[in-house]
Amino acid sequence: MADTTIAVAAPLSAHEEAGFLGFTRAQALAFGLLLAFVLVSPFFLYPVFLMKILCFALFACAFNLLIGYVGLLSFGHAAFFGMGGYVTAHAAKVWGLTPELAILAGGVVGCVLGVGIGWLAIRRSGIYFAMITLAAAQMVYFFCLQAPFTGGEDGIQQVPRGALFGVIPLGADFTLYWVVAVVFLAGFLLIHRIVHSPFGQVMKAVRENEPRATSLGYRTDDYKLMAFVLSGTLSGVAGGTKALVFGIATLTDVNWTMSGEVVLMTLVGGLGTVFGPVVGAAVIVTMQNYLAEFGAWVTVIQGVIFVACVLAFRRGVVGEIGNLLKVRL
Amino acid sequence: MIENLLFELEMAAPQVILGLVNGAFYALLSLGLAIIFGMLNVINFAHGAQFMMGAFVAWMLLAWAGIPYWGALVLAPLLVGVFGMAVERTMIARLYKLDHLYGLLLTFGLALIIEGVFRNGFGSSGLPYAPPPEFGALDLDFDFLFLPGYRVWVVIASAAMCLLTWLVIEKTKIGAYLRAATERPELVQAFGINVPRMMTLTYGAGVALAAFAGVLAAPIYSVNPAMGANFIITVFAVVVIGGMGSIMGSVVTGFALGLIEGMTRVIYPEASATVVFVIMAIVLLTRPAGLFGRG
Repeated sequence: MADTTIAVAAPLSAHEEAGFLGFTRAQALAFGLLLAFVLVSPFFLYPVFLMKILCFALFACAFNLLIGYVGLLSFGHAAFFGMGGYVTAHAAKVWGLTPELAILAGGVVGCVLGVGIGWLAIRRSGIYFAMITLAAAQMVYFFCLQAPFTGGEDGIQQVPRGALFGVIPLGADFTLYWVVAVVFLAGFLLIHRIVHSPFGQVMKAVRENEPRATSLGYRTDDYKLMAFVLSGTLSGVAGGTKALVFGIATLTDVNWTMSGEVVLMTLVGGLGTVFGPVVGAAVIVTMQNYLAEFGAWVTVIQGVIFVACVLAFRRGVVGEIGNLLKVRL
Repeated sequence: MIENLLFELEMAAPQVILGLVNGAFYALLSLGLAIIFGMLNVINFAHGAQFMMGAFVAWMLLAWAGIPYWGALVLAPLLVGVFGMAVERTMIARLYKLDHLYGLLLTFGLALIIEGVFRNGFGSSGLPYAPPPEFGALDLDFDFLFLPGYRVWVVIASAAMCLLTWLVIEKTKIGAYLRAATERPELVQAFGINVPRMMTLTYGAGVALAAFAGVLAAPIYSVNPAMGANFIITVFAVVVIGGMGSIMGSVVTGFALGLIEGMTRVIYPEASATVVFVIMAIVLLTRPAGLFGRG
């Protein structure tokens, strides 16, 4: 079963049901490692690079909420990520909002877009769902290309990082890192909480057998839309945070290639695993960093990884590790 | 009043014709997608890349082997079609038992590889491919509008190819096998027909259609690695609008949406890039299965 359907997150078996924040013991251990990495790494590695990883990790986790737990493959998540970035950048630069409010604005626009696109896309499922989200995201791309506030090909540049709550200036990378880390951890735990709530159980029921969930009295469309909106909101937050980190919002983040990239990250890490998207984001961002000098070959390598993952490595890194250790991560 | 109307027509006609030419490409591409999807249940994301390959192969045949347009129009689809069949045998065939979404992910990866390779080899600026001079005979010269013969040819060639494909599927024996295998593959296989080989041939044929469109497009657009990606997302929207149930449906939808796009460029240019997506939204709200879809 786990081999034929695309989503691999299985329901918890009885003896796995466990304590801390709903994590199983293996997951609690993995979360401890993740937390330690987030806390220690900025003392050794370049904070901007780490912040980029955290932003994409949150983006990939948000994407995974849909594919891993509701079984819907969105090929248009760049729309939320990119628009979140634009709105945060605009709010911080033109409206002069403080960073936390600017990021919040990015989340709000992700939410609104999620309602719009999700409302259309949940009318179909499977391959059609992917094509509809892709087409809708392309429409958002054309909007960003033409709308005056996005700056067209130039994007929004020199976005000020501002001061957190108007008090703590975030100009230093090291200071900003902790804000990004908190945003990421909050998003990560929120997704974990959603998945393990009664709402999340229904989501998984929809994935496993939608007609049956309907017959039990659940309005499955409402659940799908809700999951889509949550995913879009968190993607908007991730995009907004990234725009603040780099001080720029451009068409790259709203282009369809970005939608493909987040699919790749999640696939590499492991679809439907809790930690897979984080690992996948770290792998892909690191790879892009080191291969940047090879120009167009990066695209080829990404394509090869895609093909290799689909043909031979469908569980992803974390999925394979979990399979080896016989635990779910 | 009448003068005014004529002036309007003068302004509008080229855009509408351009729309029809785009529609010709939408029709060919969505036809190929529909055939592949019908038989293999795979959405071929690499369709745009294979379209681009057709254009590049035509350019290579001319530049490296001196084979002119007409030769390329036959050879390029064959070569790219054979490439497609090799891809189907070695990769796509392994995924039939899995969720259909894996086919989409695999072909997306393939599209990235193909585009990246061509970008490395030829740069992203684009190569010129001159239309053969004999199309001068097709030039249409109205008082208010000059229409290059090559564009007329593109519309004719595309319509003819779509019609031919339809005839093959609806009226020949192999077409009957194909339709039967689309409905009930196990039963057809039980009658002794080699269904896996039919799947390979079907994918090859769909890819060849994309490459044929690519050769047609080479003299109009500059031959560049991104030419397919720009088209394919619009074609996906076209496919959602038409629904993939019928061959004729995808052809008609393709031409119609090209025309609508052209007319939008006259009436409200800002919306021309998005009008197809707006129509997609309207169709999804009223007929979720698509105009010609079956559930």
